Amino acid sequence: MSEEKKTNRRDFIFTASYALGAVGVGAAVWPLVDQMNPDASVKALASTEVDISGVEVGQSITVLWRGKPVFIRRRTSEEIAKAKDVKIDDLPHPETDEDRAKNPEWLVMLGVCTHLGCVPLGDKGEYGGWFCPCHGSHYDTSGRIRKGPAPTNMEVPKYEFVDSNTIKIG
Amino acid sequence: MSDHNYTPKSKFGKWFNDRLPLLSLANHLTDYPTPKNLNYWWTFGGILTFCLITQIVTGLILAMHYIAHADLAFESVEHIMRNVNYGWLIRYVHANGASMFFLAVYIHIFRSLYYGSYKSPREIIWILGMIIYILMMAAAFMGYVLPWGQMSFWGATVITNLFSAIPLVGESIVTWLWGGYSVDNPTLTRFFSLHYLIPFLILGLVVLHIWALHVPGNNNPIGIDLKKPSNDTVPFHPYIVVKDLFALLLFLIVFAFFVFYSPNILGHADNYIEANPLVTPAHIVPEWYLLPFYAILRSVPDKLLGVVAMFAAIFVLVILPWLDTSKVRSAIFRPLYKQFYWFLVADVLILGYVGAMPAEGLYLLVARIATAYYFLHFLVILPVLGLKEKTLEVPLSLTEPVLGGSPNEVMARSKKEIS
Repeated sequence: MSEEKKTNRRDFIFTASYALGAVGVGAAVWPLVDQMNPDASVKALASTEVDISGVEVGQSITVLWRGKPVFIRRRTSEEIAKAKDVKIDDLPHPETDEDRAKNPEWLVMLGVCTHLGCVPLGDKGEYGGWFCPCHGSHYDTSGRIRKGPAPTNMEVPKYEFVDSNTIKIG
Repeated sequence: MSDHNYTPKSKFGKWFNDRLPLLSLANHLTDYPTPKNLNYWWTFGGILTFCLITQIVTGLILAMHYIAHADLAFESVEHIMRNVNYGWLIRYVHANGASMFFLAVYIHIFRSLYYGSYKSPREIIWILGMIIYILMMAAAFMGYVLPWGQMSFWGATVITNLFSAIPLVGESIVTWLWGGYSVDNPTLTRFFSLHYLIPFLILGLVVLHIWALHVPGNNNPIGIDLKKPSNDTVPFHPYIVVKDLFALLLFLIVFAFFVFYSPNILGHADNYIEANPLVTPAHIVPEWYLLPFYAILRSVPDKLLGVVAMFAAIFVLVILPWLDTSKVRSAIFRPLYKQFYWFLVADVLILGYVGAMPAEGLYLLVARIATAYYFLHFLVILPVLGLKEKTLEVPLSLTEPVLGGSPNEVMARSKKEIS
């Protein structure tokens, strides 16, 4: 029994067959998995233009983008000052207000709580911003998480001012 | 077991049975030796089978009238309620049937916990049961989404978002689950497809669950191994069949009470408002049977750890046969375990209660203590108790304490008092 443990031609053929089989199965399964990802018609709705001419100072509007609410708030000067006053070290998810609102008067962000996806309520909570009724997350006037289970600030989507009255989201 | 030497009486029966031994199987099921001391807590296996078949039959009918589309689903459910002949009855049976299914499964699980039915040699039965339980929760969750009301939509949003807690790939997984960037029509149609599939997976697992049960046979309230067949057993038919049917009748009274007198009491009024992605209801509450897990999720202040704790709460149940180190099965002979068992029952009920309440103040504190105790029970108390506890003496057979020669002092003494 001197040739035991020795790799022979047959072992190589087995290994090669298994490997090829695994690749084949993987290739066949991928379409079955990937069909669940967003389809072409869903992706086609990737951007939307919003008319903001009617929004007064201190008012918010909520628009639907990709099935999710987007908060567009024309902030008052107190709100902006409050957002800028916060020490960056006090934030669980440090972001400056300047980074979140290019034009400080307009805050544009996804109205989706980063905990489990509920829509937070405006002008509520201990920090004068938003409050999520589902599991009690408090956001400040810049939409940054201050207290509660949410891990991050409310997301700022990609957007741009097409002109002074129109925002393009996405 | 008698099926080895079973031969059908008729010539055709013998011819058929030699080719497909269905008659041998039927004979095995009727003659199956069952412990004669099974109490009414053992009737829930049959009740659960009834629940599963009820859900499949009513679900099949509802699918003939329901339309799985975000624009039409809510109206099609109202159409079932108002226009379809007996549609209201079939939908209420299906909706309340889910609750009855969980009621029965919780009794079935806690029966197993009390009498140690999950212990060797029945670990596989227990694990199959746990897989069935997890699939039941998945089916119930997806079924609750189908009417496309406010609770459907926001329940789906919150539960699918649990997966976003997974580091790195979480967001991609959630997008994949949704088939979009939020819960929407693609989510609804796939949930409908899976909701239709899962009951049949459960049915297959139930067959395996019963098959695995028929290898060692039933556990029993005394929790000892029995000689089968013997003086300690009775044939499944007619003894257990009749007892199961009687228990089913009593269960159906409760079932019918909900269906006919308070069909919406277990649901949430907000689900009669059509789904609106712009407004979250003030209180998102899952169905009652998921509340203990929901309380565990909310009691942890960190998103990822909260999700981990919730899944861990289910996982500790799966590995329970190896956490409980006691060799004695039944709580009857485990004076300390018996007390801890009732603490656990109370703990789970408390978790269920605080799960329905807002997560703040005293409720949150209670939820945290109850969550800690839940894990303490399974991860510390059970392993230690099995090694430290002084158990009572276990009889050698069911008839032995009655027919004399009992090594069990308590039972011997009570026998003397009688005679």
